[in-house]
Order: sequence, then structure tokens, then C-alpha cells
Amino acid sequence: MSPLDLLHPAGPQAQQIAPLLWGLIWLSVVVVLVIIIVVGLALIVRTRRQEDIAQVTTEESRRGIWSIYAATGASTVILAILIGWTLTTMAGIATPPRPAAFTIDVTGLQWWWRFTYEPQDGAPGFSTANELHIPVGVPVRFRITAGDVIHSFWVPAIGGKTDAIPGQVNEAWLEADKPGIYQGACSEYCGQEHSEMALFVVAEPQADFDAWRAHQAMAAAPAADPTGQALFIQSCGRCHTVRGTAAMGTRGPDLTHLMSRTTIAAGRLTNSRGNLAGWIANPDAIKPGAKMPAVPLSGPQLQSVLDYLSTLS
Amino acid sequence: MSTAEHDIQPRTVSLADDPGLPERLRRAWETAPGLVGWISSVDHKSIGRRYIVTAFAFLLLGGLEALIIRLQLAHADQHFVTPEQYDQLFSMHGITMIFLYALPVLSGFSNFLFPLVLGARDMAFPRLNAFSYWVYLASGLFMYASFLAGAAPDDGWFNYAPNALRPYSPGPNMDFYALGMIFLGVSTTVGAANFVVTVLRMRAPGMTFARMPILVWGTFSASAGILLAVPAVSLAFFLLWLDRSFGTHFFSGTEGGQPLLWQHLFWIFAHPWVYIIVLPAMGLVSDALPILCRRPIVGYGLVAGATVATMMIGFGVWAHHMFATGLPAIASAYFSAASFIIAVPSAVATFAWIATIWSGRPRINTAFLYFVGFIVMFVIGGVSGVVTAAAPADLQLTDTYFVVAHVHYVLIGINLFGVLGGLYFWFPKMTGRLLGERLGHWNFWITFVGFNAAFMPMHLTGLMGMPRRVYTYPADPGLDLVNLISTLGSDLLGVGILLLVVNVWLSLKKPKTAPDNPWDAPTLEWAVASPPPPYNFAVIPTVASRHPLWEAHMSNRSGVSVLDRGFALDDGKEALATTVLEARPDLVLKMPNDSPWPFLLTLVMSVFFTALLVQAWWVGAVSVAGLLVCTLVWLWPQRRLAQTAEPPHV
Repeated sequence: MSPLDLLHPAGPQAQQIAPLLWGLIWLSVVVVLVIIIVVGLALIVRTRRQEDIAQVTTEESRRGIWSIYAATGASTVILAILIGWTLTTMAGIATPPRPAAFTIDVTGLQWWWRFTYEPQDGAPGFSTANELHIPVGVPVRFRITAGDVIHSFWVPAIGGKTDAIPGQVNEAWLEADKPGIYQGACSEYCGQEHSEMALFVVAEPQADFDAWRAHQAMAAAPAADPTGQALFIQSCGRCHTVRGTAAMGTRGPDLTHLMSRTTIAAGRLTNSRGNLAGWIANPDAIKPGAKMPAVPLSGPQLQSVLDYLSTLS
Repeated sequence: MSTAEHDIQPRTVSLADDPGLPERLRRAWETAPGLVGWISSVDHKSIGRRYIVTAFAFLLLGGLEALIIRLQLAHADQHFVTPEQYDQLFSMHGITMIFLYALPVLSGFSNFLFPLVLGARDMAFPRLNAFSYWVYLASGLFMYASFLAGAAPDDGWFNYAPNALRPYSPGPNMDFYALGMIFLGVSTTVGAANFVVTVLRMRAPGMTFARMPILVWGTFSASAGILLAVPAVSLAFFLLWLDRSFGTHFFSGTEGGQPLLWQHLFWIFAHPWVYIIVLPAMGLVSDALPILCRRPIVGYGLVAGATVATMMIGFGVWAHHMFATGLPAIASAYFSAASFIIAVPSAVATFAWIATIWSGRPRINTAFLYFVGFIVMFVIGGVSGVVTAAAPADLQLTDTYFVVAHVHYVLIGINLFGVLGGLYFWFPKMTGRLLGERLGHWNFWITFVGFNAAFMPMHLTGLMGMPRRVYTYPADPGLDLVNLISTLGSDLLGVGILLLVVNVWLSLKKPKTAPDNPWDAPTLEWAVASPPPPYNFAVIPTVASRHPLWEAHMSNRSGVSVLDRGFALDDGKEALATTVLEARPDLVLKMPNDSPWPFLLTLVMSVFFTALLVQAWWVGAVSVAGLLVCTLVWLWPQRRLAQTAEPPHV
């Protein structure tokens, strides 16, 4: 099945929504079938009496009126019950089952996601792109905003959508029950590459998460080859940050631990040397309209930058 | 209005006693031949037909855009169109279907039918009526001119800021849309005002509110809704245009504007709009379906009340489009509950239609098939609406293909199927020719199967999590399959619509042989010739029941309508105004002759909006002067219209 499907809720929020969602859908199927049967029966029963088609029936159908009242009354009762179910579910998902362990700041941008983790236990905060990690079984709070236009943050397996709106911070919480990689997508139309704005939530055991977090908080290791790094700082450093170097741009993703991510260009490509080369040489060919400019590098220069990037583990 | 009643008594004649009357009326009411006559015509029947033809032309354009969209989505990772082209296509598809097809086609039906079912000779404001059509056509062409400029709107019909603002959309794309919508709003507003006044003042003597056909209730409610809703969107688009043109910050995000203000202003218009473009279609069905079932509708009062209630509640549910925007919990709770409640009046109407079929003797023709299809799809669109009314479920479903399926079941199911059934039903009255039944059955079944094949799988596409408005999607066996089925279904739907065009074309080649009343229908439009003469009614009818032409059958006779004897009103172009509540004769209205000024005023308005588009301010200023001149000439008081003296009272 599709990685975004609503059939496999994997966290308490999605698990609370699922019965309401599927209850409503099955109820809908039943209502539609009943109506089709009633209309079909009417046609079968009624068209058998065609002998008097020329005759207009004029008597008031008291039975008809009363069946309208009865059916409307029944519908109203069902709708009232559904309102109750809806409001209960809303209250249930309003807050996490336990207090959230920590907060991740989400910023939607054309066309990628920035995730910023706060400083914790003496370790500095850091930001990463398109892939975020959370510990399993722990609710996490999200503060969601946007840096340009409206986006929407959505990881269907673990929760519903929250819009990322510039100038406004929306709060949400998510929790995953079991380890896994949960795919998400931008679900508010945000321009040309709206369809290429995936995100991934990596849910892992607490120990693995702690290790990941500690590693991400570190600056990049000193470069073995200063040429590649210098070239990177000169060509890419105005938009990208590699912590511990002079590359401190913030328009694009933080690349300090680029090699720890499985995809680039917000899920558009798997993270490989060849794809990185193609992306750097001509982003517009891969994501038409992408905000990253093509970087004018010669072949050897590009190889040198790639060599450097491959050290950013 | 009526100060000195009964000081002039208009001549009451019997048709049999005055055989020359129809010819005198024809001379007074007929539109002159030739191009000038054509652009000057204020005949509501011509205007109604023009609305319908133009709306269908836009339907075909919007359908073509949809077919290209479906071609692009037939498989994963296709590059049949570029992302930018895709965005322009889906935006113009929505704009076309929602604004340039769905309401105008209903305005066409209502324009054609209102005076005929109300027993009047024309709409209350005939020149305004022509103006409303011309502005609709001009604003539609204005928005479509964006394709010629290579810069069609590309931010969706919902047009969310800040993506619609200059920094993210530097081209003229959104200016076409913003100005085009303000332009179109003029047409919609004056058209709605005309319907409201026509209902209130132009009903035949004796046609109380309780005797009006349901389609009148539908368009009356929708028109009242338009007068309340359109100002919000015209204002929103004006502010957007100011943001884009002069750097104001109403909707900007990071610069202190309020992006959600756009969403509120837009949806406080656009959700009522959904009801505005379905209620008149529901009205068409509520009138035509019972006729084909050979009985009055079961629960007339309930259906009329449900129509009004739907429009009123329709103003209280707009933020259910915004559950994910971070609304306060109490607001989400209210809008969620209200969205459940609005299903109640829709349920009433559905049950009334079904009860009517149950207690009638259905005549199964193409129109009837369309109406049954309409009921089924109305229910499917209705229940999927209930699913998304539940805010938590909506947080998962919103902006996925589930909502695409829902909106198409509602709009195609209710609007298009109602309209197509209505077209088969009223075509003989409009053109004097019946549509082919054999081809009609093919047309219905292919359209019905194609529609469901295209949109039923989209519920699944949505449950698989595919977001809306994506130009492509990753390869996945499930997604590939449902998308391919949808594409094939949409092609079949296209074939179905093509068969309709063929059927209309074949029918129009035949002579005008349709009888006056092919369905043995009870309402006033069937009392006149097919197509009706320019003056509609030679004598003003007096109505005594809801079914003037069925009174001979009625067991509980409430009264006897008089159709062959009444006011002649033949001193030039005259019509009768009646009192609002009881529909008693009140005033003799001197009706305006055909006039080229509505057309000319529209031309100058087109120049004005084009000047704003290209920011040629001095041309804009000159055209404002032109607007004033045209309006003055149009409205200059005329003795013939009794505008220089007190009008004669009845």
C-alpha cells in the first residue's frame, strides 16, 4: 500500500481518529446502499403500474409525508450521535496521553522542511531537513510555522494535519507506538513543487534516538581536504550551514550531517553521490522551480565538493 | 409604490374576443433582426439561452483541462505537462467549473424559466439582465485571456495567500484572477438582485409564495445568498490586488499581514457559494421529477423550507475548510457540529424525492434517469460530506483526493446531473424541439458510468493518502491502479458529454415540432407555445393553485386558475407588478425596449479592467468617465417608461 495510507495508524493520535473515520465511512456505505435499494425498489414497484400512466395522481401522500418525518428524525438522531462522537474524539486528541518530552520546531519552506531541536542537557540545539527522529512511545510537541507561503505538516500514520502558516505558530503533538520510518507530505498547495515536499519521521528506541540526537548536535568533524571545504564555503556557504565552518547560510538546509539523511531534495532523490552531483549541477531539471540555483562548478570542482560532502556523516 | 390604487383600470380581455392581441404584442416585444438587434436584446428567453450556451462552452473548456490533468496523473512520474502548466490547468479547471459554468448555467435556466413559471412577461429589470449576461461573458473571456498571455492563474480557485502574492507569484496570473473575479462579481450581483425583485414583484396575480415552483425557491434563496456572500469575495480580491499592486500587507505572512484573513473572507463566500450553485439545481429536480412521476411533489412545504434553511445554515459552516489552520478548539467544535446539522435539510429533500417516486407513476425517460442519478450521487456526496464534517477525520482527509471525490460528487452529481436532466426536460420549451431519447439513454448511461468510474476510486486514492493538487506522485501499485481507473473513467465521462453535444446538434437540425406541453406538466411555462412567443403570455394569467394546468385532475380543488382571460397590457411593452405577499395586481410596468447600452457599458468595463491589469492608470481613468457616460445614457429618464411621470396604478 501507499506509504501515506490511512489504514495503518501507528500512534495514539491516529489510532483515536481511525475508528471515527472508518465508522463514518462504513456508515456512509450503508446509507448509500439503503438509498439505492429504496430508490431501486420504488422504480421496480412503481413502473409495474403503468396502465394508468396518463392519469395524474393528486391525492396528498400522507404516508409519504410521514416517512419524510420519520427518516429525517432518524437521520437527525444519527447525526446528533455522530456530533457527540466527533467532539469526544476532538477532546481526546487535543492533548497527548502523557506530557510531551520535548519540542521540535517545524518550518515549512518552498519546497522542504526545516526541523529544529532545542538545546538539551547541555548539548546545543541543531536543525536538520526533511527527516526528523523521535523516540518510540514518547509524545513530542511540535511548533509549526512557515517561512514563505502556507504549507501543511502531515504524517498520516501517526496523526492529522497541522497547517504551517507564516507569521503564526500552530502547535501539535505526535507519538509513534512502534519503530519505523513514517512518511509524511506537505498537504497544502504551496506552489510548483508542492508534490515534491515529502518528510520522514524516524521513530526509534530511546537509546538510538539519544545517540542520534547527540551526534546531530555536534559540529562537523574537521575536513581532511581543505580544498573541497573551501570551495563549498565559497559556493554554497551563503545558503547552507555546516556547523564548525564558515558556511553559515540559513536559506537552505543545514548540511552538517547531510550523510545521515536517506534522501535529498525533500524526498525527491535518494541520497547518493550521483544524485547529489545531479542536484548541485542543475536543481531545476530535477525539481522545476526549485529555489536552489545551479552552482557553476567545473567537473573537478564538483567532484571536490562531493568529496567534502561525503565526509559530513 | 402604490399610492393611488385603482385610478387606471387596465383592459381585461378574453383571448377569444381579441384575436389581434398576440400580433400587437409580438410587434411590441419582438427583438429586431440583425447584429444590433442581437446585442441589444433584453428578452429573458434569449438571455437565458445565451447563458446556458456560454456556460456549456466553459464546461467543455473546463472538461478539456480536466482530461489533460487526468492524462498527467494516469501513471506515476509522468511529465506530460510541466508543474507550472499543471498548476495553471487545475486552477483554471476549478475557476471555470465553479464560477464560469456552475452558477451561470443555473442563471440561464432561471432566466429562461422565471418569468414563464411566474406568469410574467419579463424579468423585473430587463436591461440589467442583459448587462449581467454580457459582464459574465466579458469577465470569463478576461480570465481566459490569461492563457493567451501564458500566465493563467496558478494558485487554485481557493487562491491562498501568501502564495498568491507578488513575491511568490510575480507574473500577471493572479491579477487576471483577482480582477476577473471582481468583474464577474458585478454580473453575479446584479443578476441576483434581478431574481430577488422578480420573485417579489413579478408573480402573476394569485401566485402566493406557497404556490411558487421549488425552482423559484431555489434561485430565490441562492440569489439572496449571493447578495450576502459576494461582497466578501469581491472585497477579498480587491485587497489581494492592492497587496499585489501597491504593496499593502493585508494577507502577507512574514511581514505582519494575516494569511488566515484571506481564508476567512474567501470561505465565508465560497462555502455559501457551494449551496448557491446546487440549490437552484435541486429546485429544477424538485419541480421536474414529480411531473415525470405524474404527481405533485410529496412535502412541498418541507422541501421549500429545507431550501431556505440550507442557504441560511450554509453561512455558518465556512471554517470547516480550515480545521487544520489552528482554529481554537471551540471554533472547530462549533463548525464541525454545524456541518453535521446542515445535512438535515438535505436529507429532507432527498426523502421527499424518494417519497415522490414511491407514490407516483414514473415515466422513465432520459430526464428521469438523470434525476435518479442525481439523487444517488447527491446522497454519496452528502455522506462523504458528513465524513469530512467530523473535524478529527477531516484532519486526515482534508487536502487529499477523498475531498476531490466529495466535491465532484456534490458539484457534478447535483449541479451537472440536475442541469442535464433539466436540459432534457426543458429543451422543448427552450427550442421547440425534443432531444433524442435513444441517444439520450446512451448519453446518460455513459456519463453516469464514466462519472462514477472517475470519481468513486478517488475516495480510495484519498484514503491511500494522496494529497490534492500534486502534479505527479511516486510509483506505487495501489496508487497507479486507482489513478488509471479515474483517468479512464474521466475519458468515458468526456465521451458521454460529447454525446450530449451530438444529441443537441442533431435535434437543432430538425424542425420545431415539440408540443406545448410534452410532459403533461402543471406549471405556467407549459401553457404557452414551445418556444414561447416574445411576450410570453398574451393575457396575464391569474393563478389559484400550485398546479394551474392540473386543476381538472385535482381532487382537492383549491380554486380555478384563469389563463385565457386577464389584463391585456398592450399599450406598448407593459408588464404587471403585484404585491409582495399576496400577489395582488399593483402596478402597470412600462418595460424598456431593447438597448445596446448594457453591451456598450460592458465593453467599457472590459477596457477598465484591462487597464487595471496592465496598470495603464490613465486609460483606467478615461474608462471610468466612459462608464459614467454609458450609465447616464442608459438610465436617462424616458417618458415612454413613465419615468418622467407617475406610473399608472391598477
